[in-house]
Amino acid sequence: MIWNESVECMSREEMRKVQSIRLKRVVERVYHNCEPYRKRMQEAGVTPDDIQSIDDIVKLPFTSKKDLRDYYPFGLLSAPMSEIVRVHASSGTTGKPIVVGYTRADLAMWAEAGARCLTAYGLGKNDVVQVSYGYGLFTGGLGAHAAVENIGGTVIPMSSGNTEKQIMLMKDLGAKALAATPSYALYLAEALANSGIPRDEFQLKVGIFGAEPWTEAMRKDLEAKLGIKAYDIYGLTEISGPGVGFECECQNGTHLNEDLFYPEIINPETGEPVEPGKEGELVFTTLTKEGMPLIRFRTRDLTKLIYEKCSCGRTLVRMGRILGRSDDMLIIRGVNVFPSQVEAVLCEQEEFEPHFFITVDRVNNTDTFEIQVEVKEAYYSDEISKMLNLQKKLAHKIQSVVGIQPAIKLVEPRSIERSQGKAKRVLDKRKFQ
Amino acid sequence: MIVKQISVFLENKTGRLNDVAALLGKSGINMTAFSVADNSDFGILRAIVSDPEKAQEVLKSNKFAVSLTDVICLHSPNTPGALSSALDILAKENIYIEYMYAFAEGVGANIIIKPSNLQGCVEALQKNKLELIAANDLYRF
Repeated sequence: MIWNESVECMSREEMRKVQSIRLKRVVERVYHNCEPYRKRMQEAGVTPDDIQSIDDIVKLPFTSKKDLRDYYPFGLLSAPMSEIVRVHASSGTTGKPIVVGYTRADLAMWAEAGARCLTAYGLGKNDVVQVSYGYGLFTGGLGAHAAVENIGGTVIPMSSGNTEKQIMLMKDLGAKALAATPSYALYLAEALANSGIPRDEFQLKVGIFGAEPWTEAMRKDLEAKLGIKAYDIYGLTEISGPGVGFECECQNGTHLNEDLFYPEIINPETGEPVEPGKEGELVFTTLTKEGMPLIRFRTRDLTKLIYEKCSCGRTLVRMGRILGRSDDMLIIRGVNVFPSQVEAVLCEQEEFEPHFFITVDRVNNTDTFEIQVEVKEAYYSDEISKMLNLQKKLAHKIQSVVGIQPAIKLVEPRSIERSQGKAKRVLDKRKFQ
Repeated sequence: MIVKQISVFLENKTGRLNDVAALLGKSGINMTAFSVADNSDFGILRAIVSDPEKAQEVLKSNKFAVSLTDVICLHSPNTPGALSSALDILAKENIYIEYMYAFAEGVGANIIIKPSNLQGCVEALQKNKLELIAANDLYRF
């Protein structure tokens, strides 16, 4: 099923026309309403008049996550506060979160994007959807919630946690779909198996999973354990939240709602566009947002775009799997972690060498975060308690900066690899490919 | 009356203790007593050796974290209640024991003590006529 056939199956030529008109409009909006954008365009020698078609997008400067932090909380708004009706925020990397403001029209646009996703998963007005994403600052809960209401389905606003109640309501209210992070869904699957309630007492058929990277293996595992079909839903807080993209029944890439969120793939080093179909860094421009439009926002995610028409009938461009990141950011338990933050903390501690090695793994569906560090010669003690105190103190310091607590592993002097060039300082054992 | 102990930081890895023992052996350094304190990630080897300075140098040049710590060695009879009477003295003088390890053979026992107050501990024990062993004597065992 297709929610908005006239858009989702539009010819590429028509889509370009829509994108061109919308780009021109959004550029005018930010230029006239948002000081940092105007300044940056002036520095680049671009005016809104230079933007006549979607191809002119390459003339515009990029926006980065750093800009969102620098202009915290409302510096990048392009609408007056009187028009902002809601904010969401993503986990911060240096204490301050990233705040995004939405106008009424932005929320309606987001619900439209979400409706296209749910319809592609085969859901409609007769279906009950249990939303087990967290409700609150996180976009997952309220984003999925609005999408269900928009298609006329029945939403169970569960939020996460309270597993017994989740299972009881899923059964009693006849939920057909579960929207959750894949790791929480796996947790629920195990609880469901342990509950001893026969599978045929549940109506569950569809999984709506996203907000964290997951693999084909996890998909198979979830489908087997829950007896469902599992679909990816893609989104970023900065761009709006879940609904930026979705998988159709062909599950051959993630369709992007490109009439709303224009995707480009660039070479992360030069910033130049890559040839169509080639891999590079994903960049989004929000074509219709009013509250906080983002122009050429660098996601740092590495992927490719597939422009051929999909066998589901949609012409919406598809995004391949995310192959990694162009910076060294890690997402651990949903929190953005940069190795440079760990380095900065270590450099401030006189007891430790600045060298470290991070190991991330996933054990029992929970991310583990270990940091190997060396104690400076003078601070090695003959007493265990002193060494444990060093460990504890550092774990606490890192948690206060990064947002999650690491397991600190003290290792012998000079056992962490030193290298002249770019040292390999991270091992991510989680399997997302 | 003060004995130098070497303390070596060791990761909990197979063969690590043997690496230390082999290095000391090759350098002709004898170990008289040792203990390993550990938690799940790492351990600390504490040892009384025949030549602590040389042991430190050898281990350091092989990338071990080594420090020298002052401890005392109490010689006591290997009889019931002997340890208790020594500990009574320390308790009365308000001297804490950070850690200790011991080895007994025949009629005598040697107890390595890392007290909170080294000088106070030496004085308290000597005042009560307990026998402390000097470094040189200890290495002859």
